[in-house]
Amino acid sequence: METILSIHNLNKRYGGLQALKNVSLEITKGNVYGILGPNGSGKSTTLGIVLNVVNKTSGEYSWFGGNLQTHEALKKVGAIIERPNFYPYMTAVQNLKLVCKIKNIDYSKVDEKLELVGLTDRKNSKFSTFSLGMKQRLAIASALLNDPEILILDEPTNGLDPQGIHQIRDIIKHIASKGTTILLASHLLDEVEKVCSHVLVLRKGQVLYSGPVDGVSANEGFFELQADDMENLIIVLNTHPAIDKITTADAKILVYLKSKLESKDLNQFLFANNICLSHLVKRKNSLEEQFLELTKNQ
Amino acid sequence: MKRLLSIELQKIWLNKASRVLTLTYFILLSFIALIASINFNIGPIKFQVAEMGIFNFPYIWHFNTYIAAILKLFLAIVIVSMMANEYSYGTLKQNLIDGLSKKEFILSKFITIVLFALCSTVFVSILSLILGYSFSSYNELSIVFSDLDYLLAFFVKLVGFFSFCLFLGILVKRSAFALGFLLVWNVIEAIGKGFLNFRIFPEGKMAGYITQFFPLESMANLIVEPFTRTSLVKTIGTQIGVENIKDYSVHFSDIAIVLCWTIIFLFLSYRILKNRDL
Repeated sequence: METILSIHNLNKRYGGLQALKNVSLEITKGNVYGILGPNGSGKSTTLGIVLNVVNKTSGEYSWFGGNLQTHEALKKVGAIIERPNFYPYMTAVQNLKLVCKIKNIDYSKVDEKLELVGLTDRKNSKFSTFSLGMKQRLAIASALLNDPEILILDEPTNGLDPQGIHQIRDIIKHIASKGTTILLASHLLDEVEKVCSHVLVLRKGQVLYSGPVDGVSANEGFFELQADDMENLIIVLNTHPAIDKITTADAKILVYLKSKLESKDLNQFLFANNICLSHLVKRKNSLEEQFLELTKNQ
Repeated sequence: MKRLLSIELQKIWLNKASRVLTLTYFILLSFIALIASINFNIGPIKFQVAEMGIFNFPYIWHFNTYIAAILKLFLAIVIVSMMANEYSYGTLKQNLIDGLSKKEFILSKFITIVLFALCSTVFVSILSLILGYSFSSYNELSIVFSDLDYLLAFFVKLVGFFSFCLFLGILVKRSAFALGFLLVWNVIEAIGKGFLNFRIFPEGKMAGYITQFFPLESMANLIVEPFTRTSLVKTIGTQIGVENIKDYSVHFSDIAIVLCWTIIFLFLSYRILKNRDL
């Protein structure tokens, strides 16, 4: 797998505050990565360092295997950070052309990318007249100008209304479906859950978890059960070897597992023990629940 | 280099305020020609300023560059705000993320400064040639093209001054405060100069020797005031018996000092940009 960005033991101090502590990350081509963490956990600092706007205190990072200087590598990267930053007195097209000059590419992609984010009819309006959603979409267009190898998004839906969030998400999904590598920093968990395949969880500058989204907490999921004879149900369940613990909530029984167990096997087991279920659902913790679990324990 | 210049010129030219200020600057420069039409009409005494000899070659090089240098403040505002805006719009951060290196960023600003200074110098030279040929009593080529070192001094003075403005823009990040700081710095230098002159070294040339190294003072020293050099003032001077021994020429040492400051300002600008987290 081709490595796009590798970060090794990155540290950052702001005076007495340790903003990042030994953060390591490897980004390979074609995956969608999420960086999760509460506000102030070091997400933006990490991105700021690899994007050449924040100075690292120690550690290493390298783009595309380290053959290019950072600013040259960044020409092959598209990035949006928190707030869209453009010249308010220039129009959408003029702003994009300036980015073309900086990236040293011709203007051929300007119209295409404006079309992609749905700004064609406003392309000659000044940036200062745009709504936040439009500004954010222009930022995405700008980040895509060079058909980047990797797209970095830092809180792309911050401050947008539900419609704006939906639009941005659609665009991100569209880009991801074309096989562009994406690195998405967010504190909105469902956002990450919906689009990311890998996730890095940060808290107070430390990596709590790094790996596939599904494995954030390695549990086997749990069952929600209901039957007429609840007492008997609990007694029977306690005899099953794969079951870890049983709790009761809202007239339902939550059954946590030690090892893998399929719904049909459980159903069969209970039926063999003369229990008929009126309710059976296998659930996994949502990323949000897992995330809260993960950040609480530390 | 062409790329850096075109990036910077787009930023400046599309900004209405910067465009107006730049145009105003060049229009005001050409108004130097209007001095020619000033007439004093005091009863029996009538004279035209143009005929006082201020447009004589080679004196005109001195006079015009001195007057033109006063107007540099207009471009200084453009330069300070072009830097401060990058901070307030957040575009400095965006430029770097888009793939401009910090070195290129400073360089694009500096090339623009040099271009501004060069345009001003060329503009003033052409203006002076036209005015000179219209009003000068001497039109011999050897006289016309003597004392051209004032043009060099003018160019160096602008580059130095604008570099100082750029540095202040980067240091202070807000255009109004940066210009305020420029003013404050001016006052600091004046106080320092007064203090050295009257308290520490009341006699001798020691004070002047030290103050010539102050940044703004060194830029001012490049082109000394030309007014006491006019024939009118000289005539009055000789009549009341004061021999004028002031040195009006451009000194290489002053040029060297200003160039040093330019390098220092650029270097400091880069250092600040490099070490600051955005």
